[in-house]
Amino acid sequence: MSSLTITPGASRTLKNHVSIGQTVQNSFSMAWRGLLKIRRTPEQLIDVTLQPIIFTLMFSYIFGGAIAGSVADYLPTLIPGILVQTVITTSVVTGVQLREDMDKGVFDRFKSLPIARIAPLAGALLADTVRYAIATTLTFVMGFVLGYRPEGGLGNVVVAALLVIVSSWAISWIFAFFGVIARSASSVQGISFLVLFPLTFLSNAFVSPDTMPPFLQWFVNINPVSHLVTAVRDLANNGMWTSDAWLSLLGAAVIVAIFAPLTVRAYMKKA
Amino acid sequence: MPKSTEWAVEAHGLVKVFGDNRAVDGVDLSVRTGTVYGVLGPNGAGKTTTIRMLATLLKPDGGDATIFGHDIRREPQIVRQLIGVTGQYASVDETLSATENLVLFSRLNGLSRADSRRKSAELLEEFGLTEAAKRPLKNFSGGMRRRLDLAASLISQPPLIFLDEPTTGLDPRTRSQMWDTIRRLVATGSTVLLTTQYLDEADQLADRIAVIDRGIVVAEGTATELKNSVGSASLLLKLADAANLQRARLAILDVLGVESVLTPEAGRITAPMSDPDTVTDLLLRLREEGIAVAELSVQQPTLDEVFLALTGHSATEEEAADAAKAAAAGGPERELEDAR
Repeated sequence: MSSLTITPGASRTLKNHVSIGQTVQNSFSMAWRGLLKIRRTPEQLIDVTLQPIIFTLMFSYIFGGAIAGSVADYLPTLIPGILVQTVITTSVVTGVQLREDMDKGVFDRFKSLPIARIAPLAGALLADTVRYAIATTLTFVMGFVLGYRPEGGLGNVVVAALLVIVSSWAISWIFAFFGVIARSASSVQGISFLVLFPLTFLSNAFVSPDTMPPFLQWFVNINPVSHLVTAVRDLANNGMWTSDAWLSLLGAAVIVAIFAPLTVRAYMKKA
Repeated sequence: MPKSTEWAVEAHGLVKVFGDNRAVDGVDLSVRTGTVYGVLGPNGAGKTTTIRMLATLLKPDGGDATIFGHDIRREPQIVRQLIGVTGQYASVDETLSATENLVLFSRLNGLSRADSRRKSAELLEEFGLTEAAKRPLKNFSGGMRRRLDLAASLISQPPLIFLDEPTTGLDPRTRSQMWDTIRRLVATGSTVLLTTQYLDEADQLADRIAVIDRGIVVAEGTATELKNSVGSASLLLKLADAANLQRARLAILDVLGVESVLTPEAGRITAPMSDPDTVTDLLLRLREEGIAVAELSVQQPTLDEVFLALTGHSATEEEAADAAKAAAAGGPERELEDAR
């Protein structure tokens, strides 16, 4: 035991609030934990590794000829679409893993520490951007292998990738919310896919909405996923930062503004 | 404020209800600064729930409590700066190594990167975990895990430490190591509030003990006071030759001055033992009379006897009833908490 005697409780200087600086620092410490966890259990990266490869291959060869005449002609439409779909699907895992994580004893310690309440959640979500980065990179690489040559150039592809990662991080707050309120990890997956499928398939990710019935077109056109897909296409294929990119960022900000406080409140209620 | 230095914990009428189960039903506790306070009770008595409320992990449904004068509801963030919590289930990260765990908790406690590493190495050394520092916790024994858990609670050198069943499931050697560690902690000026299912643990460590049952404190006092209320230890004798039983009982009546009982399996005699010193006289007498003793043991009052004496029902009964209740509600206590 340390030779130092412990400072008595009454003679310590204490404060009952957490500063923003401390909140950011706590969140980065928690993100460091998330990264260590990924390094320890690389098998949890299987989904972000295989999904982009398999889905890109499947969709290119199944739909390429039928929709665009040839695989090569379909790739500029498909790659941005499948990129957004893959990365958003990956963000569901964030919610599932958060649920599993929260059931562990270590969360009791996090709750008993004088840290920002949001830090364990924000940190976990932050660390998961690594997963999104892997999925994004692999999708573009897969596209390149199949013959996709983005006209926008490497710089714009990187910007597009960052846009997708930031947006997915924002969307992961929705699944984190489900993760906090749900009773078990499997129910998180259930609810999340119920939200995810309409959101990603009722969009312009795979086909142009022109042939869809009018009510569906209406939904596809207001769907934030469509705006994100369009923004990525504009960036990767034409090298242009369009209003769709701004709309995507705005949508991301709105989601975080709504779901981050909701999630933290639900988390604290459980505490 | 002199009030906040004298009392580490003051709780009045704490209540926590899960569904229709009143897990904690009006608990009062006063823990003097610098002492070890034991909360003794069987599974499901409300020990863990009480600690979780005091440690700001759970919001009480009624009553109030202060930690060094700070209200657990109004100033939770201050309370968290004053406490260390070691849970019943080790609250460390299984996927990380021992060092990584301690560095993480040090960082979260506001230490710099360099200080975190230094502090972690220091604590690992103190708790004899240096050799295992880099290994993932999956391969840790129960005792190592508890030690790491306790080490993690000590990073900020909190003046009050909650230990929830610190030795449950540990082998005797590890248990006594844990006890030594707790004693050293108190020597540095910490206040310790621990829960336990074992009377001997409370006896060994705690200055005062509260016996808790079905969410209420049924008895409170020093270990000696508590044991006196329960009754004395008993002496168990087995003779080499069962033919001597009656003569041996006469000797006991003569030397110890008490009536002894023959156990059903025969060949064994049980006698209440209030003064261990008189046993020496009894053994000398048995030798004089040529009565050979095959086995000799002393039985302390068990938790079950404490419970029987204090509540009129046994601890194991309580446990079974509780398990049935939990099963009906769909799971153990943790599940109930989640369901809210």
